[in-house]
Amino acid sequence: MNQAAFLSALQKIFPERRLLTAPAALAAYESDGLTAFRARPLVVVIPETQEEVIRAVKACHEFGAPFVARGSGTSLSGGALPVKEGVVLALNRLNRILKLDPQQRIAVVEPGVVNIEITKAAAPFGLLYAPDPSSQPVCTIGGNVAFNSGGAHCLKYGMTSNHVLGLKVVLPDGEVAELGGDSLESVDADYVGLFSGSEGLFGIALEITVRLLPKPETYRTLLAAYRSLEAAGDAVSSVIASGLLPGALEIMDNLSIQAAEAAVKPGYPLDAAALLIVELEGERAQVEAEWARLKAVIDASRPYLVKVARDDEERMKIWKGRKSAFSAVGRLSPDYIVQDGVVPRRRLGEALAEIEKLSAKWGIRVANVFHAGDGNLHPLIMFDGREPGALRRAEELAGEIIALCIRLGGSITGEHGVGMEKRQYMPRQFSATDMDAMWALRKAIDPLELANRGKVFPEGEAPSLHRVGAHPLEQAGVISRE
Amino acid sequence: MSADLIGELQATVASSARVRPRGATTKMRAPANNCATLDMRRLAGVVDYQPTEFVITAWAGTPVAEVQSLLAEHGQYLPFDPLLAERGATLGGTIAANACGPERYRYGGARDFIIGARFIDGNGNLIQGGGKVVKNAAGFDYPKLMVGSLGRLGALVELTFKVFPKPEAYATLRVDGASLDAALALLPKLTNCPYDLNAIDLVIGAASQVAILIRVGGLAAGLPQRMDRVRSLCGGGDIVTGDVEAQLWRDAREFAWVADGMPVVKVPLTPGRIPALDARVSSARRRYSVGGNVAWIATSALDELDATLRSLDLAGLVLLNAPGDPRIGRRVSNAFAERVARALDPQNKFG
Repeated sequence: MNQAAFLSALQKIFPERRLLTAPAALAAYESDGLTAFRARPLVVVIPETQEEVIRAVKACHEFGAPFVARGSGTSLSGGALPVKEGVVLALNRLNRILKLDPQQRIAVVEPGVVNIEITKAAAPFGLLYAPDPSSQPVCTIGGNVAFNSGGAHCLKYGMTSNHVLGLKVVLPDGEVAELGGDSLESVDADYVGLFSGSEGLFGIALEITVRLLPKPETYRTLLAAYRSLEAAGDAVSSVIASGLLPGALEIMDNLSIQAAEAAVKPGYPLDAAALLIVELEGERAQVEAEWARLKAVIDASRPYLVKVARDDEERMKIWKGRKSAFSAVGRLSPDYIVQDGVVPRRRLGEALAEIEKLSAKWGIRVANVFHAGDGNLHPLIMFDGREPGALRRAEELAGEIIALCIRLGGSITGEHGVGMEKRQYMPRQFSATDMDAMWALRKAIDPLELANRGKVFPEGEAPSLHRVGAHPLEQAGVISRE
Repeated sequence: MSADLIGELQATVASSARVRPRGATTKMRAPANNCATLDMRRLAGVVDYQPTEFVITAWAGTPVAEVQSLLAEHGQYLPFDPLLAERGATLGGTIAANACGPERYRYGGARDFIIGARFIDGNGNLIQGGGKVVKNAAGFDYPKLMVGSLGRLGALVELTFKVFPKPEAYATLRVDGASLDAALALLPKLTNCPYDLNAIDLVIGAASQVAILIRVGGLAAGLPQRMDRVRSLCGGGDIVTGDVEAQLWRDAREFAWVADGMPVVKVPLTPGRIPALDARVSSARRRYSVGGNVAWIATSALDELDATLRSLDLAGLVLLNAPGDPRIGRRVSNAFAERVARALDPQNKFG
């Protein structure tokens, strides 16, 4: 690629202050929420209009420059990691809510809109945008769509893609396509569903039509403390078997409880081996009827302590503790890896016991917070990056947990995506035929492999020839990690 | 046995110039000429069902009714409310046609409950997408892509769904005699209120008077109180329960309101677009379902409806009782769709 000519083409689109090439300016974009990986891009451009995004993508296509779209850079799987010598399109300024139609219960937003801003805008109409990843005060909807982000309420309401009705996207060669629409129903293959969660490999979403839901009339949230993780896991099974459909079912283990308490003081019992959070939500009369049933199920599960949120403030406190858990673990350990495996719910107990064994075997502390309702584990593997070999050992432990999830019939990722972090594990979950078919799809949409090159697939050129170990780009010295 | 059968179907796809999967043919798509038919009903039966996982896996040729009765034994159901189950519709056909009923209003459509799919692509390969856990972000989401694909992107072999506990009791508020304007004025009050409504349908009668049907489901204990609130929001109406209530919605799912042999067209839209459409189809039997997000229009004047839909920039699908291409109304070519088809079916065998 002729870098000078390429940069000059970009300069025709972007003024100097929105085209960053100085090393100091690029440093902020070198990695995302998965800080173990870094790569310095050639250039960062900061579009303010959809047209500028389209023109930038066309320029990338013309010069064969790989590009990565980036919102707030909160990806925990390295999804927004730049390609060395490639382009980063920072989309935070495309943050307009283009339309909010309470009567049809939809909003049309640009990709740089922060998740929680949609709910804020919808709140005066008694509506909300349901998907609520822990990073919702900062993460952008464009990233949510690319990675099909989840959150604590997925069992009942699904993930991001379940709330996206329509997309305007720019494909990796600059062509623009409109997918889906603004109705809850459609009469075409679900291209919106396919684009969502494609991790930026199919192009960039420019406009996103999301559905809004009425804010539940009431919530009932309880905390139950147990002397063992197994007891909390059994309680989850009992809640599910009782025919209830809670909005959220979350478990935190003792390490996570300690961390959350130290960070935001949610009032969790510090001596609990496991904490279960159950939340019912909906129409008052229905929730009251469900509450009676839930109380009976929880009492029968023999917690040693039950706390019920008496008002919205207490409820928010419970959730603040849970949602702060990832960052709070930073108080217990200088570095950590967040895992995101999924197991069938009935095998949660088995999975946790195995993780405990692995933790003992490696001598590495692992905190567990997880979406118990949908079997989505979030082991937080703690290490000290200054210690030689510590990161590698933590990653090997993480790899064993991923293998465990696959063995138990689950998935390598529930909501963080494959990204850079788990790409080498894809061939363990999918057959060579599946991998080849996904690769063929990628190549049909993006023959030059420009859009988020290097993610999802074990290696760029030949997906069937996978291997486990250091990333091939790493071996080639193209990317590095600290 | 199923492996042999799948192998046989794969071989048929590989060796044929054109293929078409076929289920119970409860919907459209008569077999075309010069086209090999894949009889998917041979692949029938539930493969795996773990009630406590809220997950069921079955072969694509399984009758929906069979799945529903197994789920019902465990107090569970398919919340996307599949259509035509009593006529023998299969899971595969339901997904390919995206045939969801009125109650998809509450928790979502087929796209929101399909979590895994195995299908034979145009190369004759058996491809797996998604999985058997309710939450999964690994790999491209083929299962969703297949919803509404009309068998044009491959032959569905095995499907996995998330399921939910079935509401313990139902009741319906029926408000008769409203004008369409009045019904549409009431609609946003219903869709935006924090009451958990399972379905909202507007049934247009012979003289264009409207019956508003609002279905509520949940625990029996809270139901009477909830129905009273819905009734006061609507300013009146009759509360229907029991078999009569169930029949109201069975009639909707099975198209009992449509004359025998009359084509039925599905038109996705938003409530705000109903008046313009309704004025143009006032001689047809029709019903606005899913809280005003789907129009069902029964008419034999399909050419006329095609032109009407085009002029209103709406797309339609002839779901029942008409041979040939079921797609009418607006058709926009889409570069993304073309590339997807090229990857999955490079020789256009299914198209």
